[in-house]
Amino acid sequence: MFDSGKLRVLLAKFRPRFWDQKAEDGPYKSLFNYQGAWRLSVGLLTAVALGPLLIMTAIDFNVTKRSVSSENRLTMGRLTSNTRRSVAYFLDERRAALDFILREESFETLTSPPRLEAALKNLKSGFGGFVDLGVIDASGRQIAYVGPFNLIDRDYANQDWFKNTLAQGHYISDVFLGFRDIPHMIIAIKQDLPDGSFYVLRATLDTKPINDLLSTMDLSGIGDAFIVNKQGVLQTYSRYHGGMLDKTGLPVPGYSERTEVIETLDGAGQGIIIGYAYIQGSPLVLMVVKPSVELMKPWYNMRLELAWFLGASVLVILLVILGVATYMVNKIFVADQTRVMTLHQVEHTNKMASIGRLAAGVAHEINNPLAIINEKSGLMRDILVYKGHCEESERLVGLIDSVLNSVERCGAITKRLLSFARHIEVSIQPVNIQEIIEEVLSFLTKEAEYRSIRVEVDMPGPVPVFESDRGKLQQIFLNLVNNAFQAMKDGGRLLIRIVMDGEDRVQVSVSDDGCGIPAADLKRIFDPFFSTKTKKGGTGLGLSITYGLVQELGGTLRVDSEMGKGATFAVSFPVKQEKRNTRS
Amino acid sequence: MKILLVDDEEELVSALAERLSFRDIDADYATGGAEALDKVREKDYDLAVLDVKMPKIGGIKLKKEIKKIQPGMRFIFLTGHGSEEDFKAGSKESAAYLVKPVKIEDLISKMREALES
Repeated sequence: MFDSGKLRVLLAKFRPRFWDQKAEDGPYKSLFNYQGAWRLSVGLLTAVALGPLLIMTAIDFNVTKRSVSSENRLTMGRLTSNTRRSVAYFLDERRAALDFILREESFETLTSPPRLEAALKNLKSGFGGFVDLGVIDASGRQIAYVGPFNLIDRDYANQDWFKNTLAQGHYISDVFLGFRDIPHMIIAIKQDLPDGSFYVLRATLDTKPINDLLSTMDLSGIGDAFIVNKQGVLQTYSRYHGGMLDKTGLPVPGYSERTEVIETLDGAGQGIIIGYAYIQGSPLVLMVVKPSVELMKPWYNMRLELAWFLGASVLVILLVILGVATYMVNKIFVADQTRVMTLHQVEHTNKMASIGRLAAGVAHEINNPLAIINEKSGLMRDILVYKGHCEESERLVGLIDSVLNSVERCGAITKRLLSFARHIEVSIQPVNIQEIIEEVLSFLTKEAEYRSIRVEVDMPGPVPVFESDRGKLQQIFLNLVNNAFQAMKDGGRLLIRIVMDGEDRVQVSVSDDGCGIPAADLKRIFDPFFSTKTKKGGTGLGLSITYGLVQELGGTLRVDSEMGKGATFAVSFPVKQEKRNTRS
Repeated sequence: MKILLVDDEEELVSALAERLSFRDIDADYATGGAEALDKVREKDYDLAVLDVKMPKIGGIKLKKEIKKIQPGMRFIFLTGHGSEEDFKAGSKESAAYLVKPVKIEDLISKMREALES
């Protein structure tokens, strides 16, 4: 039973990686249409490879068929010719024997029964095939006869054979029943007498030697050889085309001196090949018939071999084409993937480097004037506290403390900026995931406050410090939280949950209650250049970069979302990380 | 405790010196390397607070110069550039390091730590 499910599973195993890349996955559609490229190359290669093969096979098919067919006709012609010669020789020989008797004997001796008897005996023993011998005078009456029938005094004046003999001088009949009512054929020769009159010597021939001759022919299989007269009446036995003196269903072709071969259909509609030859000096036509199927047997065998060869070649070519096309397109796909990944790296590195430079620059420039404000305010406070001259001392000290507090806050910000910039370049180090989350959130506190977004961090149990790349982790969570903020309305709630996922993984999930992601987009949101914000300046690389960073850290990133209810991005990292080749 | 403060920002060092004097710490200040070296040649100090980045002669080089004159002096670096980890990794300096702006209490406690070590 055909199981489509199993077939699908089997096909999925062989499906190359690029197959599921959709053309509409990015703005550079044609660049990413691997399926299209694969189809094009398979199509072109198949056309170029199979086209000539099929044409050559078709040509060879026809040429071979024609050559087999013409070989068959030739063989058929040869066989017919040879047989015709044998039959003609049989008849000529007997006619010559009668000629000899006419020359050797006189009218008087021939009409003497003992002499005629002796002549018949000689003919029988010398040549065979003779049944009887008779002499007919000019009036058509049989005046002498030797043979198994009582035919003396029979009048042949009105018989066709007699008239034909008189007209032509000699005559070979076709097979007929005659007075004796037995199929036979005759040879008659007219002999003139010195007195101007004439007589006819007539011999009846047994058709058995001709039948024997035809039946010994090598017709291999279901061939048939027989003789018909010009009306198509069988003169000999036939294996398949009727009994003696029956009319065959086969057409009798027109007279031709040469042996001819024709192809036609028999009564049952089967294709047959007929070789035919008119036997000169007689009304007989030799026919050799063979079914085309029989004759074309070698061709059919060859055709089967040809079909096998063609089938095997096509299969091998298709397999090679499929293999090569899949391999090449996959190579291109992998190269493109690498390119996109490199692009990410470059964008990420550039972005981080710019942020780093900017942060460091701002921090450096601000720290010195901040230090001056700090010291001057401190001095003002000291003067008031240590010398205490003024009535408003207490209020002024309060004001200065407020200035100093602000300076301290500014200092904290510049220190954080410096720390952020510094960690961009650093790779693996022990990290405290909660600390990183808090640090990332500190950059977004203001935005959260302005938009009244409630941000909650939930860590139900302890999570160990683990080895990872601090800068990348910061970037991952900065992207995820930023992404969540963009999806949320003002007044929303963002929940970050840090939990252990088994013994050796930590999972951080970032859940928002924003607009959610359509199911159709869920599969593609990590694809490079996929963006629903292209018109608002999104590059479509944010989540793709995040995904790449998570993978670099040996983690997994998955997303769950329900339209209108929000989305949860869950990142899971190994807590004990093997040494990875990370590039920052 | 005799302290020398060196920073190219006079506004900063002058105020800092005065604030230290309120806390009974004898602090002189200089606004450049040459001036600092003159002061060191004239008077003995227990500790110098040096800005890392200054025109002409930076804090780290200045420390080496001062060491030639008063080998027993202790040092604290103070700067707006980078963090303590970066500084230590980059300069292989073991001296204490503070990032501006700094609380005066933190500075004084670092000074005591440096002198006690």
